Amino acid sequence: MPVLTKEQQDYKRFAKNKKPKPPLLKNMIMAFIVGGIICTIGQIILNFFVSRGLTPGQAGGPTAIIMVFLGSFLTGIGVYDKIGKYAGAGSIVPITGFANSIVSPAMEFKREGFVFGVAAKMFVVAGPVLVYGISSATLIGLIYYLLNM
Amino acid sequence: MKKLGSQTIKFENPPSIIGTATIVGPKEGQGRFKEYYDLILKDSIYQEKSWEKAETKILKEAVEMAIKNSKVPTDKIEYLIAGDLLNQIISAGFAARELGLPFLGIYGACSTIAQGALLGSMIVDGGFAENLVAAVSSHFCTAERQFRFPLELGNQRKPTSQWTVTGAGAMVISSQIQNPRITFATVGKVIDMGEADPNDMGTAMAPAAVDTILRHFQDTGKTPDDYDLILTGDLGSIGKHIAEELLKQKGYDISNKYSDCGVLIFYPEQDVHAGASGCACAAVVTCGYIYKEMLNGKYNRVLLVATGALMSTTSTQQGETIPCIAHAISIENL
Repeated sequence: MPVLTKEQQDYKRFAKNKKPKPPLLKNMIMAFIVGGIICTIGQIILNFFVSRGLTPGQAGGPTAIIMVFLGSFLTGIGVYDKIGKYAGAGSIVPITGFANSIVSPAMEFKREGFVFGVAAKMFVVAGPVLVYGISSATLIGLIYYLLNM
Repeated sequence: MKKLGSQTIKFENPPSIIGTATIVGPKEGQGRFKEYYDLILKDSIYQEKSWEKAETKILKEAVEMAIKNSKVPTDKIEYLIAGDLLNQIISAGFAARELGLPFLGIYGACSTIAQGALLGSMIVDGGFAENLVAAVSSHFCTAERQFRFPLELGNQRKPTSQWTVTGAGAMVISSQIQNPRITFATVGKVIDMGEADPNDMGTAMAPAAVDTILRHFQDTGKTPDDYDLILTGDLGSIGKHIAEELLKQKGYDISNKYSDCGVLIFYPEQDVHAGASGCACAAVVTCGYIYKEMLNGKYNRVLLVATGALMSTTSTQQGETIPCIAHAISIENL
């Protein structure tokens, strides 16, 4: 970060009070409700698979597939961004949000072609999550493995 | 000398604005100035294959419409001065390809319309042309994908964020004598007060607007009383509030005649958070509402201070603060 002069620091302090605060409480309540609904739908699907004879461990995979499909589908028909506007983290954090973060750039950049558009830009939002998610999971897994040797 | 003080030009034969045109998207068409636009699009893609093509098309059509409204034959238009927000100002360049006019591409971010008008006035008053067009465009969907996120991404916008105006504005500047006329222009300096949040342009740009307004008054010896309306480009509600307060601290109370295009374009219930922005923001208000109300005599002396943030996604990602600019032009009925 560049070093700010005294004049710039004074301005920052002056301007800070003029900015509206994000409605944190409302955002948290909305995130809780919508995030909860998405997770409940996931649980219903998981319970369905369990009732049809899969173990809870086995049912996780197909449940995730269906949730990813739902997230992608709602993105494709232009609904997920409207949910996200109200739900915030409530619809970003579940796996449906992850699907949205991959499908939305793929749609957006289709006009730049299937190679340099769709394929290259697909992970522009989700890429950092994948890189650091996979890296930290590998690292923790390794530590866990070594500790249990 | 046509120069006043350190940054201001006093035009010897003030060039006239003899015709304008504005085209806006559907959301803008539901806003405050809906009766003042020449064309309101039914949808933002405008029968094109991409958002960029749509933006080029509205810019091209706004230029053609402004020329038609000015009643100057197209072969008598000597220059097209145009700019937009996209990388390498492609909307302007591609529109100029269709228009076949001698083209000067400019970039001043959202201040571009004032930059174009002041350069155009210098060319006309300098005797280098009799008629030319200054035009700009911006488009919500092209700006979002270049500066922010894909449209369908389910993210929340910050309360300080602003909504890029979909639209284009064009004005024909001429040596013909008729009202309204561009009498003064103050070229702004780049001001950076250390703001780095690209979702809060108003706070970043307000000091640039204040600097240019103060400089304009100092150079010309004018006071706020010499204007019916002082209009900043796209500071939005937060930036407007800051600019007002900073000017008050410097001894200029302009609150009873001050407004901001970014605050005015949309109604508050249109959910654009801090207001509007984009090249077209100042342009469609100036070429639409202001121009038409000056013809009607509602306003006679307007100071337009168009503001621009001169950053890119690269500079933001590298942690740079936002350099900002504001150019002022006086538009008066003489």
